[in-house]
Amino acid sequence: MYRYDEFDHRFVSERVAQFRDQAARRLSGELTEDEFKPLRLMNGLYLQLHAYMLRVAIPYGTLSGKQMRKLADVADKYDRGYGHFTTRQNIQYNWIKLEETADLLQELSEVEMHAIQTSGNCIRNVTTDHWAGAAADELADPRPVAELLRQWSTLHPEFSFLPRKFKIAVTGAPNDRAAVKVHDIGLRMHQNDAGERGWEVIVGGGLGRTPLIGYTVREFLPETQLLSYLEAIMRVYNLHGRRDNKYKARIKILVHELGEENFRAEVEAEFARQKELDVEVESRELERISNYFAEPAFETLPRLSTGYEAARAGDPAFAQWVRSNIAAHRKDGYAIVNISLKPEGGIPGDATSEQMRTVADLAERFSVEEIRVSHHQNLVLPHVKLDDLHEVWKVLAANGLASANIGKAGDIIACPGLDYCTLATARSIPIAQTISRRFADLNRQHEIGPLRINISGCINACGHHHVAHIGILGLEKKGVEYYQITLGGSSATDASIGTILGPGFSGDKVPDAIETIVNTYLNLRQGGDDSFLDVVRRLGHQPFKEALYAPA
Amino acid sequence: MNAIETGKALTGNRLSDGEVVFLTRSGAWSVSIDEAVIALEPQSEAALERRGEQAVAHNVVTEAYLIGVERSQGRVRALHIRERIRATGPSVRLDLGKQSQGTGGGFAPQS
Ligand code: SF4
Repeated sequence: MYRYDEFDHRFVSERVAQFRDQAARRLSGELTEDEFKPLRLMNGLYLQLHAYMLRVAIPYGTLSGKQMRKLADVADKYDRGYGHFTTRQNIQYNWIKLEETADLLQELSEVEMHAIQTSGNCIRNVTTDHWAGAAADELADPRPVAELLRQWSTLHPEFSFLPRKFKIAVTGAPNDRAAVKVHDIGLRMHQNDAGERGWEVIVGGGLGRTPLIGYTVREFLPETQLLSYLEAIMRVYNLHGRRDNKYKARIKILVHELGEENFRAEVEAEFARQKELDVEVESRELERISNYFAEPAFETLPRLSTGYEAARAGDPAFAQWVRSNIAAHRKDGYAIVNISLKPEGGIPGDATSEQMRTVADLAERFSVEEIRVSHHQNLVLPHVKLDDLHEVWKVLAANGLASANIGKAGDIIACPGLDYCTLATARSIPIAQTISRRFADLNRQHEIGPLRINISGCINACGHHHVAHIGILGLEKKGVEYYQITLGGSSATDASIGTILGPGFSGDKVPDAIETIVNTYLNLRQGGDDSFLDVVRRLGHQPFKEALYAPA
Repeated sequence: MNAIETGKALTGNRLSDGEVVFLTRSGAWSVSIDEAVIALEPQSEAALERRGEQAVAHNVVTEAYLIGVERSQGRVRALHIRERIRATGPSVRLDLGKQSQGTGGGFAPQS
């Protein structure tokens, strides 16, 4: 299980002490808001519509039962009994007081947690596959490399004042679950015919105002050269990246403006200059870090479990949940359990402190203490024995955590939107709630098949609407919320940016519009395997436009 | 007696806990929009803004700005939905925020 090394311990404790002092000086008036704001943002503290919001880092989305229990305690003690899991695999608390934040951070540090690098123009927390170390299709656990990147970037003087924030995602599996093509840098592991592993290095992807799919600068980079290569990329970015205009400062704009080939040439030239450095250090470091992610002591189990098969045959609700929420584990006799935080009519990603404790208990009893947070705003128990699945499901069901809708119409991503967020132009949560109620029938959701609906409350796209099969963007015109719909996005291996379908809708018309789109798909598909995305890609927007904007 | 007065109120977030507050007639800051003093003319708007600058300088609120409001029968309603949500609480958690504490003004954010 991942844990902090001693260096981090000291670093985090020092940061808490520093912040305590800074907050006290702000409260006494010694520091002005202009002076204090960058300091609080460096510690993940934002001021939102109703209160301060604290964004707590969950590196690689990996949590222990003990840490989850601490998150629950923090929710009760410093917030209002709940937290919001985000698309960045973090947790946000919505009702934080400045006066209490240092104490809160102190408590988090007791379980090796913090809120550093969740904000500002630094290399943000590296994100990764939420099934890392467990997925059947994985070549290697990406988390040691993600951690290497974190340690490399945390205090690197060259990288703490970048032109803009910088996001890296890593996956060790050929099937991309970490959305690597829509990050500033995405890394995907491949294996060549000789059985050697290497990284595909993708640069310049991103969402927000200018959504772009990343460009592959290197198809296959030998594993040991990663840091040198990334340094080369960061150097080119630091040198040429625009600092004069916030909206043009991300690396994606640089790649775009230089042109892909020129960008690649610059990076390769820089790389050639420094290639000789560090390779051995890098392998030694990686080996050391890998120990922190040592594989749990899995039991040797048969591939099939008779108890599990019997439960599935005898309990249709359990069987349905298994179909949507269970994924294949790389060890025989184990499974990955995906816990939906999207109950019918619920707030996507929100969990009560009680639910957090339930998940913590389950992790300790059934998943070698491990929990993951996914960028779909769900939770994962990565290592559950097939024999235990029925019991786990019963506990989840008793706590409102067994919605059988992972990857289905009800599994909606929604950012906090105008209900909480100061940058929002419209609400996102109520839209998610009404759509989820509209598709409440689970059998229908299963019949529809894979469908990703994502909602953002403004152009910043925290709800990843561009890469949704059906994306919804909340905007405002003269004080009235309205919603733009995009079709055909994906954040998976075949990543694409969705495009706008037509004129927007008022909030109350959105569920009807989504229903029309889904019904149109059902009429057009050729059998159950012909997914929504396949149909949109094959037939384009036209049939959906016709159905949606047909004169009444 | 059902006249609706339209004007500007001064609002900010309290430094210590981020709570949304409104400047009142007495110069204090209230958590309830119903108690906000309303400027009906440009001159009084400017006066409110000066009070806002002072409050920022004295670290009562982090920032202060004017919002459009209307008052009817003693209740105050912000004109823009963003400000209505600030004045009441999240529209998706009626059990939280000002609306749950009786300080939410007389209007739901949707209305
Ligand atoms: S997309 Fe906009 S509204 Fe939603 S959380 Fe991000 S900044 Fe806030």
